[in-house]
Amino acid sequence: MSGYYRTRYGEDSALLDTRAQKAWLAVLVVILAVYPFAANVLWLDIANQVLLASIGAIALMLLTGYAGQISLGHAGLLAAGAFTTGILFKELDAPFWATLPASAAVGAALGLVFGLPSLRLRGLYLAVSTLALHFIVIFAGGEYETRRGYSTGIVIDSPLADPRAWYFVLLAASAATLLFALNLLRARTGRAWRAIHARETVAEALGISVQRAKLSAFVISSTLTAVAGCLFAYYRGFVSAEAFSLYLTIQYVAMIIIGGMGSLLGAVLGTVFVVLFPYAIDAAMAGLGLTERLSSVVFALNYAAFGLAMIAFLVFEPQGLVGLWRRARDWVLLWPFKQKPLAR
Amino acid sequence: MQLAVNILVLASLYALICCGYVLIYRVSRVLSLAHGELMMLGAYGLYATASLFSGQPLLGLAAAGVLALAVGLAVYGALMWRMTGESVLAAVLATIALGILLRGAMILAFGTQTQYPLRELGWSNASIPVGAARISAVGVALVLATTLVYGGLFAFLHGTRWGVRMRAAGQHPLLAAQRGIALHGIYALAWGLATFTGGMAGMLIAADAGLESTMVIIGLKAFPAALVGGLDSLAGALLGSLVVAAAEVSLIQYVDPLLSDVVPFVVLLGMLVVRPWGLLGTREELDRV
Repeated sequence: MSGYYRTRYGEDSALLDTRAQKAWLAVLVVILAVYPFAANVLWLDIANQVLLASIGAIALMLLTGYAGQISLGHAGLLAAGAFTTGILFKELDAPFWATLPASAAVGAALGLVFGLPSLRLRGLYLAVSTLALHFIVIFAGGEYETRRGYSTGIVIDSPLADPRAWYFVLLAASAATLLFALNLLRARTGRAWRAIHARETVAEALGISVQRAKLSAFVISSTLTAVAGCLFAYYRGFVSAEAFSLYLTIQYVAMIIIGGMGSLLGAVLGTVFVVLFPYAIDAAMAGLGLTERLSSVVFALNYAAFGLAMIAFLVFEPQGLVGLWRRARDWVLLWPFKQKPLAR
Repeated sequence: MQLAVNILVLASLYALICCGYVLIYRVSRVLSLAHGELMMLGAYGLYATASLFSGQPLLGLAAAGVLALAVGLAVYGALMWRMTGESVLAAVLATIALGILLRGAMILAFGTQTQYPLRELGWSNASIPVGAARISAVGVALVLATTLVYGGLFAFLHGTRWGVRMRAAGQHPLLAAQRGIALHGIYALAWGLATFTGGMAGMLIAADAGLESTMVIIGLKAFPAALVGGLDSLAGALLGSLVVAAAEVSLIQYVDPLLSDVVPFVVLLGMLVVRPWGLLGTREELDRV
């Protein structure tokens, strides 16, 4: 008898079901644990940024990639988390264990507000309403800054100073988010999301409450994002409305597009790509010996190259990095035979 | 009186920008979020042609207009035609990516300094008294340009062969294609016209306040006006611009000048809650739950 059979329900719902997967996971854990002791300060900071951004990217992937609700208000939600933390810290001198749940609560409430238009609107109109909410949240944050006299931004003292300690905190947060998302997607909620993504009418006929599924997608995604915003505030030690521009939203959307829609692996790969991108541009410029000549316009170069990369992915590889990875994997697995990858 | 003049000028500006959003959306069901950047590109086009044809400002203006039209056609030819038939999100994201690309490329090409194309043309922005109020020369040009553009577009869409084809393509692309209308040509024309009018708005803003990167924000702020009026209605765009401009100017005047950036979006949210398809938009166009 050849092949791989599952004989118990437990095996069916296990996240890791083959020995090879367990081995690869063990290798990954070891690499992640050793990384901060092998990396220098710059690479440690990059890793922390990736881990931090991955929380937001996974949250957006849940909302857009799985539940199919387009949101252009992601930076606004991050800002809401960060500003809640900043304001509580400044006004009440609140400690970390108070600001984190407070940020989560604000995120959940805002998620409800962001999600309400989705009950009536779809597609483009929903994207536009979240965009409008983004501007309103940023405006409120900026207003707080100017009213209270923190015109340049709010400075927050972080309870953690060591980047290595931050690495493990962020790794734990990111891993917890990933695990939460994986489990959620296998459960009733996640399956309901996929159903409303595929076709709302059919989902409703199957007994799924479309309103509840949509609102839960918004609330859960926003809560995670606001928590990421809170961690962002502590990690940077600084909150200002300028940091949460529309460009940040675009970066997060780019993460899930470049990574590959409808895949958590895609969210993580996309995050790595987008965070590493400016550093890669820097390295390329240093390699070409252009650093001095272009140092004043380096951000413009970043913009242009980022736009190009996004366009390239949208036009040539709509499945994103995950699509590339799957194709490469199939090619290796099937070698020396050739087969077109099955449509997904 | 001054308030009314201010509202009129701002409404004309919004209306001039909006007709780009409306044209593209009405014809190809794509929302172009690169409109602000395309406006800026049009303004830089004027800056370049003004220094090229120094001494002949009218020639410079005409060349800048032709350039903007060509840019729109090129955008469709190079990128947007690949997005036909893709999902809404993909098309919107493609325009966003295009916007980022253009923004970076413009800074690389022209630097970050504020430019004054009006000075290059050798004109000045005089202040003209109208009754008890004053209006700038650029303001007058803005109102005139908007009137001309909307009049021209109306005549074009209803009186010419290409205009009728464009409306047909917007109403039912499949049927239009089967009647032998070349959809790609129509879409390209819509992008060209939208970029032309947007570029015109960009040139006028640059003539008034200088040419800098904040123009992108103005382009985005005009978008709520298009949606308030109804994304597929040109008359609605005029009405929406008037509503948004009136709300913005009077709130700035009586409440708080800082509100300027957020008022259009608040009006937009209110509209989405009450009447998502806009004042004069087509109701069945909206995909509703």
